[in-house]
Amino acid sequence: MRGVIDILDLSVAEVDQMIRTACDIIDNPEKYSQICRGKKLATLFFEPSTRTRLSFEAAMYELGGNVLSVASADSSSAAKGESVSDTARVVSCYADIIAMRHPKEGAAFVASKNASVPVINAGDGGHCHPTQTLADLLTIFREKGRLGDITVGLCGDLKFGRTVHSLINALSRYEGVKFVLISPEELKLPSYVKNDVLKRKGIPYTQTTDLLEAMPELDVLYMTRVQRERFFNEEDYLRLKDSYILTPEKLKTAKADAIVMHPLPRVNEISVAVDSDPRACYFKQVLNGKYMRMALILMLLKEAGTI
Amino acid sequence: MTVDSIKNGVVIDHITAGKGMQIYELLGLGSLDVTVAIMKNVSSTKLGRKDIIKIDGDVEINLDVIGYVDPCATVNIIRNSSLVEKKSIDMPVLLTDVIKCKNPRCITTTEQELPHVFRLADRENHVYRCIYCETKGEAKKG
Repeated sequence: MRGVIDILDLSVAEVDQMIRTACDIIDNPEKYSQICRGKKLATLFFEPSTRTRLSFEAAMYELGGNVLSVASADSSSAAKGESVSDTARVVSCYADIIAMRHPKEGAAFVASKNASVPVINAGDGGHCHPTQTLADLLTIFREKGRLGDITVGLCGDLKFGRTVHSLINALSRYEGVKFVLISPEELKLPSYVKNDVLKRKGIPYTQTTDLLEAMPELDVLYMTRVQRERFFNEEDYLRLKDSYILTPEKLKTAKADAIVMHPLPRVNEISVAVDSDPRACYFKQVLNGKYMRMALILMLLKEAGTI
Repeated sequence: MTVDSIKNGVVIDHITAGKGMQIYELLGLGSLDVTVAIMKNVSSTKLGRKDIIKIDGDVEINLDVIGYVDPCATVNIIRNSSLVEKKSIDMPVLLTDVIKCKNPRCITTTEQELPHVFRLADRENHVYRCIYCETKGEAKKG
C-alpha cells in the first residue's frame, strides 16, 4: 500500500491538486464534512507531539471520520517490544489509514511496507515530516499566490532541521525559486542537500551568517528552532540556540509583503512582539496544516478505494 | 613470490590496490574452510598495482559486494584449471545486508530483523544511502 513518507513521494501535480482541494475545503467546508463518515484514522504517536497529532485528528473529524489514537510509546504494544512491522499489520485491521510519528528514522517507511492501508509519516526522528511541508506550501501559496518566482530565506538550524531540507526539496520543483541560507557556521545546510538538490538542479542560492543583510531581498523568511533533541552535546546546544532571534527591529528592512514562517513550536527565536506584525504567518501555517492533512487523507483514501 | 594456480574456484582480479582486504572481509572469506590467497600490490600493466584474491573451492560469491567496493574488479570462475566464465560486475542498485547503517537514530538499530538495505543514490560519486533514513553508507564490515 502506498505511503507518504517523504514530500517527494508526492508528484508536483499531486501537491498542486491537494492545494486546490485544501482551498476548496476552506471555501466549502460543508461539502467535505461527511465525506469520511464511518472511516477511521489511527494516529500512532511513539514520541510526544501534541500539535501534529491534534492536527491529524481534527482533520479526520472535520471530514466526518473517526480517530483511534495511541498517544505515546508507553501506552502501546511497542512498550512490550512489538516491532513497527507487526504494529502496522495489526493496526491495518482496525483503521482505514494510519498517521505515524516515531523517534526512529525510517519507521514510517517500515510501517508502510507492512500495512495494508495507507501510512502517512507524521515525523520520523530527524528525517522527514512531509505534512509540515504541505502546510508550508499551502501557506506560501495562500499568502503569495504562487510557489514559483520567490526568494526564500531559511534561517537558523539548517543542518538538523528536517523541515528545511524537505521544504527545499519541495520548492526546488517550481520555477524561479531562489534560496538564501542563513545560519551559523556550525548549523549550515549539509553539503549533500546542496549537492544533491540545489547544485544538481542548478537552483540559485547564497549562504550567509547575517540575517539582517539577507532580509531586504526575501519574499519568505522561514525561521527554525535550534532543537535540543538533535544535539548529542548539551554544550553545543546552549552555545548555538540563541544565534538568530527575530525582532520587530530586524523586520524593519523586510519587504512590506514578505511573510514570516516557522514550523513551531518556537522557543525564543521569534520575539512575541513580531506576532502582531501582519507579515507573521506561523499561526496561519498551523491552520493550513490541518487543511492539507485533510486533502492528503482524502487523496489517499480515494486512491485506496476506501471512499 | 608465487601462488599456486587453482583447479576449481574463483579468482577476483584487477582489484584496485588496497581494496582487497575490504572485499575479503565483506565476502566473509575468513570463515570459509577452503584455501584463500590474498595478494596485495601485485604489479599490473593495466593498473600499475592491483590486489588479487584466489579462492580454491567451489563457493558462491556475492557479486554485489564486489560491485559495491570495486566495480572495476573482474571475477573469473575456474573449473578443471580452466577459465570457464567471466562474471560481469556493476554497481548494484540495491545492496542488501552487506554493510550496516551507522546512524544511531535509524530504525535498523532497534529492529534487528530488518534487512540493511542501501540504494545507489549517485553512481558518479559512488554514493549509497540507507533506504530507511538516507544516511550515506560506509564500507566497513557490518
